[in-house]
Amino acid sequence: MRGNVKPLWLSEMVAVWGYVQRNYFLTKRYFMWEVVWLVYVTVNAMAITYIGAGAESFGAKDAERYMTYLLVGALLWNYLSMLFDVLSETVSWERWEGTIEYTFMSPSSRVTHLLGMGFYAVVYGILQTAVTLGACYLLFDLDLSEANYWGALLVLAVCSVSLVGFGIVAAVLPLLSPEKGQQVSYIVSSVLLLVSGVYYEVDVLPGWMQAVATVSPVTYALRGARDALLEGAGVTDLWANIWPLLIMGVVFVPLGLFVFHLGESYAKRTGKLKRSG
Amino acid sequence: MNALELRGVEKSFKKRRGEVVRALDSVSLSVGKGEVVGILGPNGSGKSTLVRVISTLVLPDSGHVEVFGVDAVRHPKHVQRSMNRVSVEASFFKKLSAMENLLYGAKLYGVTSAEARPRIKEILENIGFAQKRATEPMEHLSRGMQQKIALARALLTSPILMLLDEPTTGLDPRSKKDVQAFIRRIRDVHDSSILLCTHDMGEAEELCDRVGIMVDGKILALEEPDDLKRRFATNGRVPTLEETFMAATGYSVEEASAEKE
Repeated sequence: MRGNVKPLWLSEMVAVWGYVQRNYFLTKRYFMWEVVWLVYVTVNAMAITYIGAGAESFGAKDAERYMTYLLVGALLWNYLSMLFDVLSETVSWERWEGTIEYTFMSPSSRVTHLLGMGFYAVVYGILQTAVTLGACYLLFDLDLSEANYWGALLVLAVCSVSLVGFGIVAAVLPLLSPEKGQQVSYIVSSVLLLVSGVYYEVDVLPGWMQAVATVSPVTYALRGARDALLEGAGVTDLWANIWPLLIMGVVFVPLGLFVFHLGESYAKRTGKLKRSG
Repeated sequence: MNALELRGVEKSFKKRRGEVVRALDSVSLSVGKGEVVGILGPNGSGKSTLVRVISTLVLPDSGHVEVFGVDAVRHPKHVQRSMNRVSVEASFFKKLSAMENLLYGAKLYGVTSAEARPRIKEILENIGFAQKRATEPMEHLSRGMQQKIALARALLTSPILMLLDEPTTGLDPRSKKDVQAFIRRIRDVHDSSILLCTHDMGEAEELCDRVGIMVDGKILALEEPDDLKRRFATNGRVPTLEETFMAATGYSVEEASAEKE
């Protein structure tokens, strides 16, 4: 307000909360859709886990362990892909609502904008994954006797940062091409699913796909989380998967913000911020 | 120092098949502190691009844009704090209520809920907007009510420069009058400088200190309404603003609003 001058950092914090609160309000308004999505995700995780149960009839020896392996993959992919999707849909969602120009002419910075989106996605994703895990826990005899839950959470936290950076890079696509940008980000998401070893070991893939897997944060997150949950690996053992995630976080987040800045400048030069493009 | 100063602003857009559209052609204008300047022009004349350039949503190819002496191209964050915009489309999250949209809009400008709530109450009372309707989703409100909320949202951040891009286009007569009364209030009580783009001649004549006519990205004239009309007087008869507009642009009012951008 006029005459009510706050320090810049405080104004930005208020704006971060604004984005988080807005997304919470939207979740409330679309509550039935959220329920439908939660049911879908949970049933999907269960169906994938049953593949493990059915594998016994094909000669698999340790079905319980295989089921746990698949469930961890399904849950982590649900969480990580949701995080990626929320970030990558930042622009296209606002363009669809028609609010993008209002948001982009506000004085809150783009870092604040994306931080708010990322923070909400992490909290929402954790809650959704916890509900799905709870439901699956009731249904299956999972082999989690050795699980190091804190280790798995550490891997997940580090991966979330690098995936936020990855998502920010994808978020720029609708700025470059209002019509096709979002579709390209779905392709990126599907490639991550294919190469990152969500439901199988990366070793089974052709060599070139394994090479792509080395730059996917999801690959390291899955390996680390499985080591922690299935083998009970401690932080020392998990380090082999944590350090690539740390490096990716350090590289992808600033890179994402830089690419987004370039994309925003391009959209402002060419007039592509406008809803009709 | 003027609230707004544009000097030689140019903007072209490349369309498909390599066609280049010149949206702003060496535009220069100023808006003084507390002044209301209206820009009249047919659709596609460059009014919306002008507003987008000032509001930092479009980068000009050349020229200078200054808001209270600050270069808007080099320091966009600085000038964004001092201005707000209301456009012809209601830019809201339509599933959210008016109150939720207002609180969100305020936070983007660093205004907390605790600071915003009493101000929202006061603004809504002033514009005759029933408090209980503020909790309804925006999509349940009429266009006129949505536009009032858009003006309230802009006012909530106490802008010293308001950019109004056809705020009454498409509204029914009653809503139009209400919104115009609100704009008058902003001018009189809140001491804001206003740039008003419109193709409503009566609105421009009643609300604006000076009126400009824009065609094909150029501002043909920018004067006080009476001076502008006198400029197009024939045989000693001073025309109406509508006749002045037709004489200057070659468009009738109907054509001006029907022409597609």
